[in-house]
Amino acid sequence: MSHETDTRDPGDVGPGFMDAAELTVREGIARYVIGFVLACALTAASFYVLTTSLIWGPAIPVALVALAIAQMGVHLVFFLHINTAPDNTNNVLALAFGVLIVALVIGGSLWIMDHLNENMTPMHQMMQMQR
Amino acid sequence: MTAADTPFERASDPYRIGHGRDWVSAGAGRGYVHATGHGEGGPAAKRVIAGYGFWIFLLSDIVMFSAFFAAHAVLQTATAGGPSGRELFNWWSIVAQTFLLLVSSFTCGLSAVATEARSQLWTQLALLVTGLLGLGFLALEGRDFAGMVMQGAGPDRSAFLSSLFAVVGLHGLHVSAGLLWLGTMMAQIFVKGFRADILRRMVCFNLFWHALDIIWVALFTVVYLIGLGR
Repeated sequence: MSHETDTRDPGDVGPGFMDAAELTVREGIARYVIGFVLACALTAASFYVLTTSLIWGPAIPVALVALAIAQMGVHLVFFLHINTAPDNTNNVLALAFGVLIVALVIGGSLWIMDHLNENMTPMHQMMQMQR
Repeated sequence: MTAADTPFERASDPYRIGHGRDWVSAGAGRGYVHATGHGEGGPAAKRVIAGYGFWIFLLSDIVMFSAFFAAHAVLQTATAGGPSGRELFNWWSIVAQTFLLLVSSFTCGLSAVATEARSQLWTQLALLVTGLLGLGFLALEGRDFAGMVMQGAGPDRSAFLSSLFAVVGLHGLHVSAGLLWLGTMMAQIFVKGFRADILRRMVCFNLFWHALDIIWVALFTVVYLIGLGR
Protein backbone atom coordinates (compact mmCIF):
# COMPACT_ATOMS: atom_id res chain seq x y z
CA MET A 1 0.00 0.00 0.00
CA SER A 2 2.62 2.46 1.02
CA HIS A 3 5.13 1.25 -1.50
CA GLU A 4 3.42 2.65 -4.54
CA THR A 5 5.32 5.33 -6.34
CA ASP A 6 3.74 8.72 -5.97
CA THR A 7 3.10 10.26 -9.31
CA ARG A 8 1.52 13.65 -9.48
CA ASP A 9 0.11 15.78 -12.22
CA PRO A 10 2.65 18.28 -13.52
CA GLY A 11 0.16 21.04 -12.78
CA ASP A 12 -0.23 20.04 -9.13
CA VAL A 13 2.05 21.21 -6.36
CA GLY A 14 1.82 20.66 -2.61
CA PRO A 15 3.29 23.20 -0.21
CA GLY A 16 7.02 22.85 0.34
CA PHE A 17 7.57 20.78 -2.80
CA MET A 18 11.09 21.09 -4.07
CA ASP A 19 10.73 19.02 -7.21
CA ALA A 20 8.09 21.30 -8.74
CA ALA A 21 10.65 23.61 -10.29
CA GLU A 22 12.89 20.70 -11.32
CA LEU A 23 15.91 22.20 -9.65
CA THR A 24 19.35 20.65 -9.63
CA VAL A 25 21.02 20.09 -6.25
CA ARG A 26 23.13 23.19 -6.77
CA GLU A 27 20.10 25.35 -7.61
CA GLY A 28 18.20 23.90 -4.66
CA ILE A 29 20.99 24.79 -2.26
CA ALA A 30 21.38 28.23 -3.85
CA ARG A 31 17.71 28.95 -3.20
CA TYR A 32 18.07 28.13 0.51
CA VAL A 33 21.29 30.17 0.72
CA ILE A 34 19.56 33.23 -0.78
CA GLY A 35 16.69 32.84 1.69
CA PHE A 36 19.09 32.37 4.59
CA VAL A 37 21.14 35.47 3.71
CA LEU A 38 18.00 37.61 3.32
CA ALA A 39 16.56 36.30 6.60
CA CYS A 40 19.86 36.99 8.41
CA ALA A 41 19.97 40.52 7.05
CA LEU A 42 16.37 41.21 8.14
CA THR A 43 16.99 39.71 11.59
CA ALA A 44 20.13 41.79 12.03
CA ALA A 45 18.18 44.86 10.91
CA SER A 46 15.51 44.15 13.57
CA PHE A 47 18.11 44.00 16.33
CA TYR A 48 19.82 47.10 14.94
CA VAL A 49 16.57 49.11 14.82
CA LEU A 50 16.17 48.57 18.55
CA THR A 51 19.64 49.84 19.44
CA THR A 52 19.95 52.76 17.05
CA SER A 53 18.85 56.29 17.77
CA LEU A 54 18.40 56.93 14.03
CA ILE A 55 14.69 56.10 14.20
CA TRP A 56 12.11 58.17 16.01
CA GLY A 57 11.14 56.29 19.20
CA PRO A 58 7.40 55.71 18.63
CA ALA A 59 8.11 54.45 15.10
CA ILE A 60 10.35 51.62 16.31
CA PRO A 61 7.55 49.06 16.95
CA VAL A 62 6.14 49.81 13.48
CA ALA A 63 9.57 49.30 11.90
CA LEU A 64 10.01 46.04 13.84
CA VAL A 65 6.63 44.71 12.70
CA ALA A 66 7.38 45.67 9.08
CA LEU A 67 10.74 43.87 9.22
CA ALA A 68 9.11 40.79 10.79
CA ILE A 69 6.46 40.62 8.07
CA ALA A 70 9.17 40.95 5.41
CA GLN A 71 11.12 38.12 7.01
CA MET A 72 8.06 35.88 7.16
CA GLY A 73 7.63 36.54 3.43
CA VAL A 74 11.23 35.51 2.80
CA HIS A 75 10.69 32.30 4.78
CA LEU A 76 7.51 31.49 2.89
CA VAL A 77 9.06 31.99 -0.53
CA PHE A 78 12.55 30.56 -0.06
CA PHE A 79 12.00 27.90 2.64
CA LEU A 80 8.39 26.82 2.16
CA HIS A 81 8.40 27.40 -1.64
CA ILE A 82 5.07 29.20 -1.60
CA ASN A 83 4.89 31.45 -4.64
CA THR A 84 2.40 32.92 -7.06
CA ALA A 85 2.79 30.26 -9.76
CA PRO A 86 -0.55 28.94 -11.08
CA ASP A 87 0.27 25.51 -9.61
CA ASN A 88 0.41 27.04 -6.17
CA THR A 89 -3.05 28.67 -6.16
CA ASN A 90 -4.56 26.31 -3.57
CA ASN A 91 -1.68 26.76 -1.15
CA VAL A 92 -1.77 30.54 -1.48
CA LEU A 93 -5.55 30.66 -0.99
CA ALA A 94 -5.27 28.59 2.20
CA LEU A 95 -2.50 30.90 3.40
CA ALA A 96 -4.58 33.98 2.60
CA PHE A 97 -7.45 32.62 4.69
CA GLY A 98 -5.06 31.90 7.57
CA VAL A 99 -3.67 35.43 7.39
CA LEU A 100 -7.21 36.84 7.41
CA ILE A 101 -8.10 34.94 10.61
CA VAL A 102 -4.81 35.89 12.29
CA ALA A 103 -5.35 39.57 11.41
CA LEU A 104 -8.93 39.45 12.76
CA VAL A 105 -7.89 37.76 16.03
CA ILE A 106 -4.89 39.99 16.78
CA GLY A 107 -6.20 43.24 15.32
CA GLY A 108 -9.66 42.71 16.80
CA SER A 109 -8.31 41.91 20.28
CA LEU A 110 -6.07 44.96 20.35
CA TRP A 111 -8.83 47.21 19.06
CA ILE A 112 -11.47 45.99 21.52
CA MET A 113 -9.18 45.98 24.54
CA ASP A 114 -7.89 49.43 23.69
CA HIS A 115 -11.46 50.78 23.61
CA LEU A 116 -12.30 49.00 26.86
CA ASN A 117 -9.33 50.58 28.57
CA GLU A 118 -10.31 54.00 27.28
CA ASN A 119 -13.93 53.73 28.34
CA MET A 120 -13.24 52.22 31.72
CA THR A 121 -13.42 54.25 34.91
CA PRO A 122 -9.85 55.04 35.91
CA MET A 123 -8.57 52.74 38.65
CA HIS A 124 -8.22 55.40 41.37
CA GLN A 125 -11.82 56.55 40.85
CA MET A 126 -12.97 52.96 41.05
CA MET A 127 -11.22 52.57 44.39
CA GLN A 128 -12.99 55.68 45.70
CA MET A 129 -16.36 54.42 44.54
CA GLN A 130 -15.83 51.16 46.38
CA ARG A 131 -15.28 52.93 49.68
CA MET B 1 -8.35 22.49 -31.78
CA THR B 2 -10.35 25.63 -31.14
CA ALA B 3 -8.97 29.07 -30.48
CA ALA B 4 -9.64 28.63 -26.77
CA ASP B 5 -7.11 25.79 -26.60
CA THR B 6 -4.14 27.87 -27.62
CA PRO B 7 -1.52 29.11 -25.21
CA PHE B 8 -2.64 32.65 -26.07
CA GLU B 9 -5.83 32.12 -24.17
CA ARG B 10 -3.77 30.80 -21.31
CA ALA B 11 -1.92 34.10 -21.18
CA SER B 12 -5.14 35.94 -20.41
CA ASP B 13 -6.16 33.44 -17.73
CA PRO B 14 -2.98 31.81 -16.42
CA TYR B 15 -4.78 30.18 -13.50
CA ARG B 16 -7.33 28.40 -15.72
CA ILE B 17 -9.84 28.77 -12.94
CA GLY B 18 -12.81 26.55 -13.57
CA HIS B 19 -11.18 24.97 -16.61
CA GLY B 20 -10.64 21.29 -16.97
CA ARG B 21 -7.17 21.45 -18.38
CA ASP B 22 -3.88 23.00 -17.52
CA TRP B 23 -1.06 24.08 -19.78
CA VAL B 24 2.39 22.88 -18.75
CA SER B 25 5.11 24.88 -20.43
CA ALA B 26 8.20 23.05 -19.24
CA GLY B 27 9.62 19.57 -18.87
CA ALA B 28 8.74 16.28 -20.46
CA GLY B 29 5.03 16.79 -19.76
CA ARG B 30 4.84 19.84 -22.02
CA GLY B 31 1.36 20.37 -23.34
CA TYR B 32 -2.09 20.10 -21.84
CA VAL B 33 -2.71 17.99 -18.79
CA HIS B 34 -5.95 17.46 -16.98
CA ALA B 35 -6.05 19.63 -13.90
CA THR B 36 -6.81 17.57 -10.81
CA GLY B 37 -10.14 18.09 -9.13
CA HIS B 38 -11.76 19.01 -12.42
CA GLY B 39 -13.37 15.75 -13.40
CA GLU B 40 -11.23 13.83 -15.82
CA GLY B 41 -7.96 14.35 -13.97
CA GLY B 42 -9.00 12.22 -11.00
CA PRO B 43 -7.89 12.73 -7.41
CA ALA B 44 -4.57 14.40 -6.65
CA ALA B 45 -1.49 12.32 -5.85
CA LYS B 46 -1.09 11.19 -2.23
CA ARG B 47 1.96 13.38 -1.85
CA VAL B 48 0.00 16.46 -2.80
CA ILE B 49 -2.89 15.55 -0.50
CA ALA B 50 -0.56 14.87 2.44
CA GLY B 51 1.38 18.09 1.89
CA TYR B 52 -1.73 20.20 1.45
CA GLY B 53 -3.46 18.65 4.45
CA PHE B 54 -0.43 19.34 6.61
CA TRP B 55 -0.33 22.90 5.30
CA ILE B 56 -3.94 23.36 6.49
CA PHE B 57 -2.97 21.96 9.90
CA LEU B 58 -0.03 24.36 10.13
CA LEU B 59 -2.27 27.31 9.29
CA SER B 60 -4.71 26.26 12.01
CA ASP B 61 -1.77 25.97 14.39
CA ILE B 62 -0.77 29.51 13.47
CA VAL B 63 -4.35 30.66 14.15
CA MET B 64 -4.04 29.12 17.63
CA PHE B 65 -0.75 30.97 18.14
CA SER B 66 -2.43 34.20 17.07
CA ALA B 67 -4.78 33.92 20.08
CA PHE B 68 -1.77 33.60 22.40
CA PHE B 69 -0.10 36.54 20.64
CA ALA B 70 -3.24 38.65 20.99
CA ALA B 71 -3.39 37.85 24.72
CA HIS B 72 0.25 38.81 25.13
CA ALA B 73 -0.11 42.02 23.12
CA VAL B 74 -3.03 43.06 25.30
CA LEU B 75 -1.31 42.12 28.59
CA GLN B 76 2.18 43.34 27.73
CA THR B 77 1.92 46.32 30.10
CA ALA B 78 -0.02 44.51 32.87
CA THR B 79 3.00 43.94 35.08
CA ALA B 80 1.12 44.41 38.38
CA GLY B 81 4.13 46.18 39.89
CA GLY B 82 6.38 43.26 38.93
CA PRO B 83 9.36 43.29 36.56
CA SER B 84 8.82 44.35 32.95
CA GLY B 85 10.41 42.84 29.86
CA ARG B 86 13.11 45.48 29.83
CA GLU B 87 14.35 44.28 33.24
CA LEU B 88 14.00 40.56 32.50
CA PHE B 89 15.07 39.89 28.91
CA ASN B 90 18.63 38.90 28.16
CA TRP B 91 19.61 40.57 24.88
CA TRP B 92 22.37 38.14 23.88
CA SER B 93 20.36 35.07 24.76
CA ILE B 94 17.59 36.27 22.42
CA VAL B 95 20.08 36.98 19.62
CA ALA B 96 21.60 33.51 20.08
CA GLN B 97 18.21 31.76 20.14
CA THR B 98 17.09 33.61 17.02
CA PHE B 99 20.17 32.67 15.03
CA LEU B 100 20.22 29.06 16.30
CA LEU B 101 16.68 28.58 15.03
CA LEU B 102 17.35 30.43 11.77
CA VAL B 103 20.42 28.30 10.97
CA SER B 104 18.47 25.15 11.91
CA SER B 105 15.74 26.18 9.45
CA PHE B 106 18.43 26.54 6.78
CA THR B 107 19.99 23.12 7.50
CA CYS B 108 16.50 21.63 7.51
CA GLY B 109 16.11 23.01 3.99
CA LEU B 110 19.43 21.38 3.06
CA SER B 111 18.08 18.07 4.34
CA ALA B 112 15.19 18.48 1.88
CA VAL B 113 17.70 19.05 -0.96
CA ALA B 114 19.65 15.98 0.14
CA THR B 115 16.44 13.93 0.28
CA GLU B 116 15.57 15.13 -3.20
CA ALA B 117 19.00 13.89 -4.33
CA ARG B 118 18.39 10.60 -2.39
CA SER B 119 21.61 10.96 -0.44
CA GLN B 120 21.38 9.03 2.83
CA LEU B 121 24.60 10.51 4.27
CA TRP B 122 23.82 14.18 3.61
CA THR B 123 20.17 13.84 4.66
CA GLN B 124 21.20 12.33 8.00
CA LEU B 125 23.94 14.90 8.48
CA ALA B 126 21.68 17.87 7.73
CA LEU B 127 18.98 16.49 10.03
CA LEU B 128 21.52 15.86 12.80
CA VAL B 129 22.80 19.46 12.62
CA THR B 130 19.20 20.72 12.58
CA GLY B 131 18.44 18.69 15.69
CA LEU B 132 21.54 19.84 17.57
CA LEU B 133 20.76 23.50 16.79
CA GLY B 134 17.18 22.93 17.97
CA LEU B 135 18.48 21.39 21.20
CA GLY B 136 20.75 24.40 21.72
CA PHE B 137 17.77 26.69 21.23
CA LEU B 138 15.69 24.78 23.79
CA ALA B 139 18.59 24.75 26.28
CA LEU B 140 18.93 28.55 26.09
CA GLU B 141 15.19 29.05 26.40
CA GLY B 142 15.03 26.68 29.38
CA ARG B 143 17.92 28.51 31.04
CA ASP B 144 16.17 31.86 30.57
CA PHE B 145 12.90 30.50 31.98
CA ALA B 146 14.65 28.95 34.99
CA GLY B 147 16.50 32.21 35.64
CA MET B 148 13.25 34.20 35.57
CA VAL B 149 11.49 31.79 37.93
CA MET B 150 14.48 31.94 40.32
CA GLN B 151 14.19 35.75 40.37
CA GLY B 152 10.58 35.42 41.46
CA ALA B 153 9.35 36.38 37.98
CA GLY B 154 7.50 33.15 37.23
CA PRO B 155 4.22 32.90 35.35
CA ASP B 156 2.30 33.55 38.60
CA ARG B 157 3.85 36.99 39.17
CA SER B 158 1.75 39.09 36.76
CA ALA B 159 -0.60 38.86 33.80
CA PHE B 160 2.29 39.98 31.61
CA LEU B 161 4.45 37.07 32.78
CA SER B 162 1.58 34.57 32.50
CA SER B 163 1.05 35.48 28.86
CA LEU B 164 4.82 35.53 28.22
CA PHE B 165 5.35 32.02 29.60
CA ALA B 166 2.25 30.82 27.74
CA VAL B 167 3.24 32.03 24.27
CA VAL B 168 6.98 31.33 24.52
CA GLY B 169 6.32 28.01 26.26
CA LEU B 170 3.86 26.96 23.58
CA HIS B 171 6.51 27.60 20.93
CA GLY B 172 9.05 25.68 23.03
CA LEU B 173 6.65 22.73 23.22
CA HIS B 174 6.33 22.79 19.44
CA VAL B 175 10.13 22.75 19.08
CA SER B 176 10.33 19.80 21.50
CA ALA B 177 7.71 17.90 19.52
CA GLY B 178 9.62 18.79 16.34
CA LEU B 179 12.83 17.36 17.80
CA LEU B 180 11.07 14.07 18.61
CA TRP B 181 9.74 13.98 15.06
CA LEU B 182 13.20 14.77 13.69
CA GLY B 183 14.73 11.84 15.56
CA THR B 184 11.96 9.60 14.27
CA MET B 185 12.58 10.76 10.69
CA MET B 186 16.32 10.07 10.96
CA ALA B 187 15.60 6.54 12.18
CA GLN B 188 12.95 5.90 9.53
CA ILE B 189 15.08 7.17 6.66
CA PHE B 190 17.96 5.05 7.94
CA VAL B 191 15.92 1.85 8.32
CA LYS B 192 13.35 2.17 5.55
CA GLY B 193 15.17 4.31 3.01
CA PHE B 194 13.55 6.85 0.67
CA ARG B 195 10.20 5.11 0.32
CA ALA B 196 7.17 7.05 -0.92
CA ASP B 197 5.55 7.15 2.53
CA ILE B 198 8.79 8.26 4.20
CA LEU B 199 9.20 10.99 1.59
CA ARG B 200 5.69 12.27 2.37
CA ARG B 201 6.58 12.45 6.07
CA MET B 202 9.79 14.29 5.20
CA VAL B 203 7.82 16.96 3.29
CA CYS B 204 5.51 17.43 6.28
CA PHE B 205 8.42 17.54 8.75
CA ASN B 206 10.18 20.21 6.68
CA LEU B 207 7.00 22.30 6.56
CA PHE B 208 6.64 21.95 10.34
CA TRP B 209 10.20 23.00 11.13
CA HIS B 210 10.10 26.03 8.80
CA ALA B 211 6.74 27.06 10.29
CA LEU B 212 8.32 26.97 13.77
CA ASP B 213 10.89 29.49 12.60
CA ILE B 214 8.21 31.72 11.08
CA ILE B 215 6.40 31.73 14.44
CA TRP B 216 9.68 32.54 16.18
CA VAL B 217 10.12 35.59 13.91
CA ALA B 218 6.76 36.89 15.15
CA LEU B 219 7.67 35.90 18.70
CA PHE B 220 11.04 37.58 18.99
CA THR B 221 9.64 40.72 17.37
CA VAL B 222 6.40 41.06 19.33
CA VAL B 223 7.46 39.59 22.67
CA TYR B 224 11.14 40.35 22.98
CA LEU B 225 12.10 43.30 20.77
CA ILE B 226 8.94 45.36 21.29
CA GLY B 227 9.03 44.30 24.96
CA LEU B 228 12.62 45.53 25.30
CA GLY B 229 11.73 48.78 23.56
CA ARG B 230 8.98 49.59 26.04
